[in-house]
Amino acid sequence: MEGNLNALTTIFTEFYYWVTIVMMFLIHVGFCTYEVGVSRRRNHLKTLMKNAMAIPLVTVTFYFFGWWIYFGFPNGPGMVPGGLATAPFAEPWNPLMGTHLSGVNPGETGVTPTDAALWHRLNGVFWGAFLLFSITTASIISGSIIERARSGAFWIVAVLIGSVLWILDASWGWHPQGWMVKLWGYHDAYASGVVHAIAGGAALAFLIVLGPRIGKFRPDGTARDIPPHNVWLVTIGLFLIYTGFWGFYAACNIPLISPATIAGQITGDTWTATNIYLAPTTLSAITFNFLMSLSGGMMAGYIVSKGDPFWTFSMGLCGVIATSAGNDLYHPIQAMLIGAIVPSICYKLHYFVERRFKIDDAVGAVAVHGYGGFLGVVVAGFMLWGQPSSPYEGFAHINPLGNFAGAVLMFALGFAPTFVVCKILNSMNLLRVPAKVELEGVDFALNHAFVASVREVAAAEKALIK
Amino acid sequence: MSTNGMESWAVDLKDVGAMYPFQGSEVLMVIIGLVFWIGWHILQTRHENAEIEADMAADRSGDETREAIDRY
Repeated sequence: MEGNLNALTTIFTEFYYWVTIVMMFLIHVGFCTYEVGVSRRRNHLKTLMKNAMAIPLVTVTFYFFGWWIYFGFPNGPGMVPGGLATAPFAEPWNPLMGTHLSGVNPGETGVTPTDAALWHRLNGVFWGAFLLFSITTASIISGSIIERARSGAFWIVAVLIGSVLWILDASWGWHPQGWMVKLWGYHDAYASGVVHAIAGGAALAFLIVLGPRIGKFRPDGTARDIPPHNVWLVTIGLFLIYTGFWGFYAACNIPLISPATIAGQITGDTWTATNIYLAPTTLSAITFNFLMSLSGGMMAGYIVSKGDPFWTFSMGLCGVIATSAGNDLYHPIQAMLIGAIVPSICYKLHYFVERRFKIDDAVGAVAVHGYGGFLGVVVAGFMLWGQPSSPYEGFAHINPLGNFAGAVLMFALGFAPTFVVCKILNSMNLLRVPAKVELEGVDFALNHAFVASVREVAAAEKALIK
Repeated sequence: MSTNGMESWAVDLKDVGAMYPFQGSEVLMVIIGLVFWIGWHILQTRHENAEIEADMAADRSGDETREAIDRY
């Protein structure tokens, strides 16, 4: 009976994560729809392909090394004892990184019975769920650099952020044994910092090196608005991102686990859902808080932007991002208010930074994800002050300083390496398309081929008319 | 000292109730939430009034309106 219960729990967990992966794919449908909607007609195809190709590139690199990084580095660069952790089940040559039924074949190396029992059904779906977070992190940058960045440059940065940097910060601050959780009490349950702030930091670095689109700023330095070519498409894209975000949230939880399996301080035998730190929460909690923070963000966005659809929808997303660090524990009204206030600040910051530093962020990604995620982590440090960060003994409690330091680290971990890589790419003329190509539109050659094909086939058909 | 009264997870979950911060201030939170909601309607109405006034003042000749009708 106990064996069957364990099997049922494992298969339920496997199916649960599989469903979250399917749902999270909608985030990427949304990102592609949204970016194409924002871009002007002469840039559609390259804009679409730039974002879409991040999916396979991050996928294969996350298989080769990203997944292993998560398990290898929770002790940080010497922050807590233990050094580099071993994780054979996450190495790409390990049999558990393929179809496996939990036994150990004769001659099968690198698989212990314990690893096989835990990972044989969960490795693929955990890997997939984390991978979808990875692709999201990369996609966040994609929209801000449209219409002038070279696709190849973005794809290099996408692999850097998606398969190295974000998963490294997740290992540090989004892992039950992560050093940031142990030492700082860092709390970021639904990834305000570990996904959004780091991606926002990377996007800002990319934009600084890349420069604005031609025509974005007037000769006197004031900014012109470059409106989306299709606001409908933009808002549908954001709606799809909202929908996919349900999967994102669910995937941040462990759906069902016993206190004995957690093996921490929790007593009794009540099974529970937990956050990524294995601290109890519920799906109901995140349902309340997701919807209330989304609503707070949309309501504030409507007022602050005077009913602008682009910003109303973006601020709804920002509302969710701003509360994600603490949405496992907030009260719904707290989520609503934080979800309203933080996006309003981010909206103002977007235009301040654009005006003051001449940063042309085509989709407001730095504001929505970067500032929203950063502030979300900081607010959670105050709101959840003194609460246990982990079910394990000896971990620091959640506190404002720990979360502030964590937010700075997340943003900087995205910013600094991306800045260096973009500088190198720029020095090799690989970062930005030439001005002539930008004015023609990055789809120029594709459009030419399209028009030539249309003319040729039309002429051929007309010639057959009797 | 913790914002939700919990200092550690050394508890039996069957004995744990609410986990959100600032328990006991639910009524205050509801009042603030209601103010936010009512305030939203007031601000939205003001904004919509201003927008309608601007629309009323625009296009005295009716040319743009005719174009809009033709565009369907």
